[in-house]
Amino acid sequence: MTKRSKLELCGVALATLLLAVVFPLLNAHGVLSDFTLNLWGKYLCYAILAISVDLLWGYTGLLSLGQALFFSLGGYMLGMHLMLLAGPMGQYAQSGQNPHGLPDFMVFLGHTFLPWFWKPFRSFSFALAMVFVLPGLLALTFGYLAFRSRIKGVYFSILTQALTYAVALMFFRNDMVMGGNNGFTDFRTVLGFDIRSPATQRGLFIATSVLLAAIYLGCRWLSRTKFGLVQRAVRDSETRVLFSGYAAASYKLFAFVVSALIASVGGALYVAQVRIINPSEMWPDKSLEAVVWCAVGGRGTLIGPVLGALGVNALKSWATTELADLWSILLGGLFIFFVLFLPKGIAGIPAMLSNALRHRAQPEERPSDAALPEPQALTGRTAVAEKQEVEV
Amino acid sequence: MCKWPLVTLLLGLLATSGAQCAQTARETIARAVSAEDPAEQQRLVASLAGQSDPDIARLLTSWKEGEFFLYEPVDAEGSPRGPKVPVTLGEDKDADEKQPALRLDTAQPLLDEKVAPVRLAAGDLTSADTDADLRLAMKDVLEAFALTDPLPARRLQAIQQVGFAQDAAKLPLLAARLDQEKDTAARKAIREAMAMVRLKAEDDSVKIAACAELGRLGSIPSRDLLNALARDFAETKPYVAAAANDAKGRIADHLWWVNTWGTVFRGFSGGSVLLIIAIGLAITFGLMGVINMAHGELIAVGAYTTYLLQCVFGAGLTLAPFGLFSFSLPALNLSGRAYDAYFAFALPLSFVAAALVGIALERGIIRFLYRRPLESLLATWGVSLVFQQIFRSVFGANNVQVDSPAWLSGNFTAFDVTFGWNRLFVIAFAGAIIAGTWLILNKTSLGLLIRAVMQNRQMAACMGVRTERVNMLTFGFGSGLAGLAGAFLSQIGNVGPGMGQDRIVDAFMTVVVGGVGNLFGTVLSALFIGVADQSLQQVLGNPVLGKILVLGGIILFLQWRPAGLFVTSSRSLEG
Repeated sequence: MTKRSKLELCGVALATLLLAVVFPLLNAHGVLSDFTLNLWGKYLCYAILAISVDLLWGYTGLLSLGQALFFSLGGYMLGMHLMLLAGPMGQYAQSGQNPHGLPDFMVFLGHTFLPWFWKPFRSFSFALAMVFVLPGLLALTFGYLAFRSRIKGVYFSILTQALTYAVALMFFRNDMVMGGNNGFTDFRTVLGFDIRSPATQRGLFIATSVLLAAIYLGCRWLSRTKFGLVQRAVRDSETRVLFSGYAAASYKLFAFVVSALIASVGGALYVAQVRIINPSEMWPDKSLEAVVWCAVGGRGTLIGPVLGALGVNALKSWATTELADLWSILLGGLFIFFVLFLPKGIAGIPAMLSNALRHRAQPEERPSDAALPEPQALTGRTAVAEKQEVEV
Repeated sequence: MCKWPLVTLLLGLLATSGAQCAQTARETIARAVSAEDPAEQQRLVASLAGQSDPDIARLLTSWKEGEFFLYEPVDAEGSPRGPKVPVTLGEDKDADEKQPALRLDTAQPLLDEKVAPVRLAAGDLTSADTDADLRLAMKDVLEAFALTDPLPARRLQAIQQVGFAQDAAKLPLLAARLDQEKDTAARKAIREAMAMVRLKAEDDSVKIAACAELGRLGSIPSRDLLNALARDFAETKPYVAAAANDAKGRIADHLWWVNTWGTVFRGFSGGSVLLIIAIGLAITFGLMGVINMAHGELIAVGAYTTYLLQCVFGAGLTLAPFGLFSFSLPALNLSGRAYDAYFAFALPLSFVAAALVGIALERGIIRFLYRRPLESLLATWGVSLVFQQIFRSVFGANNVQVDSPAWLSGNFTAFDVTFGWNRLFVIAFAGAIIAGTWLILNKTSLGLLIRAVMQNRQMAACMGVRTERVNMLTFGFGSGLAGLAGAFLSQIGNVGPGMGQDRIVDAFMTVVVGGVGNLFGTVLSALFIGVADQSLQQVLGNPVLGKILVLGGIILFLQWRPAGLFVTSSRSLEG
């Protein structure tokens, strides 16, 4: 183990300790307000989403504009279970209009019995399984179709965007019986605990922190296996990978499904903490926002997306209260700035600084902006490969 | 004509009859108002039937509403001085509630013996009353008058009303009209109305013939009447019911065709809207390979330019962007045609405005990202966020109101299919834009340079083409087309800060399906998606479901043809 990776693991352990132990303790003693803890819980879920974007974009070179779809699908799956738990305690049940304990929105829409696909969600373990199964299956089907016909680059991005747009439109419809425009809200309990109590929220926060650390370590491990190497090779020159006899499509499919699962888990935890999910969460902008976090933090690294998600969202919370309307100008400007001047994101700043120092000591011709190498060019892309990319 | 008042009364025919009469319609009405005997009044009113003097409708309506008065001239001693005169009262009321009196028969001011205009107060006069019989007679005259209305649309409406009323007494009137009517639509409507009236006839064979006629005509409005007929006679006279059902079947066939053609038309116009939006993208994305997520905002730039120009032509506008300062646009306060002309100026201006914004965008951001297409997507998304916020700060978060010029509103009907002028215009507009774009790309030297740079940048640069400049102009051209799309969209949709975002996904799909880098493919795919969208809406009766299916269909279509309809061949390995 190199010194650097030791340092990285120590950092992860320290951050996990901070998030999973110190934050909840501070909250329990009233130093950290419930609101702040909840807000940070939300950011951590976003960090999980950002890692899932990075696994695809930073490591495999596939820019998916539909990650928010898998995130919300995971949320919806857990949400269905929570809605069924909340039904018998809802407004309609209290006024005696809801004898079967249906979720409130169904009573409101005039349903008298539970649709068949809702029934199994009474069981928590089934809902938990579906958090993995449904987004996984969707990713598998869509990915299989897309990679089989060698859809890549911007086409893949636009197609994933169309997919999430289509599903979002579907979820907006009331006859889908998934809450329509309002989605799911007003949850009461989870696993017998009151979901709104600070203690439960602390528990969920700890779970999210631990899971984030686990996902981080899992992705770190994955990127160091032979799979990780092929993955990065696909990113840098897919044609060469094909010529070397690897089935690039299968590698891409695997990465796509894994990242969908990661996003889905993040979404499930998000719903438990934010306690609302509606189709606007899968609207195309949300996926783009997740890509922003990743780009700002620095793609192609694992710490980047986490930093980006936490940083941008903290900035957003601050700016929406302080600057109100101007917030989106700030976000848009930040984004343009990062793409143009810091293509490696926050995580790339140290390397850039040390580079700049070395250049000063040993003057060399600076590459022009237009010819700036891709951040991952360090991993062995040659001029020929770059030229081919240009012709795409 | 006056020799045979009965004939006039019954047939109420020739439009020229008024001229042949010694009296104008106005004089007849004046006589009727002053006539003492109700029967004489009715006879006089009925004699107006069939005349086409535009005064008739106005005067009879005024009479019904009690605006006619009988003035009894008196001399100095207060005794009557001649017969009662029917008068109306003029506009300017003075302090004593008195208004100038006008003679009904000549519409000239009423003069007293000193030849001075008489002023009267409405309260001192007896108004010329109408009884129920007289009003009935008036109604008949007005109905007959409406049948000869110079405006074809109103004539059609009147004919249909007669048909729906199913009054057998009106048959001769309709038959007479049929001989004179020149307008084919009105002729068809008269035959339809006559058949509808005859559905009530006593004679079964007449009924059956009427059913057959309605079936032949494909009369959509008569479906309810036929339904009622089929229901009423199902037991008693099955042969009548059978004829009615047969006619219903024929009408249903006709309706299917009408709906199909309507759908195709709407599909084409929807496809044309899509095409107008996508054509700019086909240049910036298809030819240059730049994913411009701010394309929607360039459309909005065009739409807001149109809005600003409209405000300048109209009542002006005061803007206070960011609440920091405020400035006013000059107001020309035009109206009517001059005001409507704003749109003709808005088209080129919105092109220029969006092109300038696009060129600024290209120089400022995009030219650094030609080698990083995915990142140009992200940076331009940032631009789109900034622009949306600027629109919101300058023009407000709500949609702004853009009026359509008069020549773009309204519609016409052919073979029962309704064609909106704005929908027709969008099709023509899309055709013009495509033709213009094709000409520029293929017949001008700029087009030659554009194609050269897009095909092989390095080689073009080696040949001495200033690729940077060509990039800038190409991007400006694509952006300008987006601005044109915005100007047009302002006529058929909302203009608001988010107007571009709603359409950008569709536009990208159109370009991808058509085959990137191929204008003709974009045209075909836009029309195809438009027609598919409208047909699915028609079949499913649900716009959202149709859209979802179209998106799903596109995803599956790309399985079959991953590079779209038309593939640009390339020797590049990763092309």
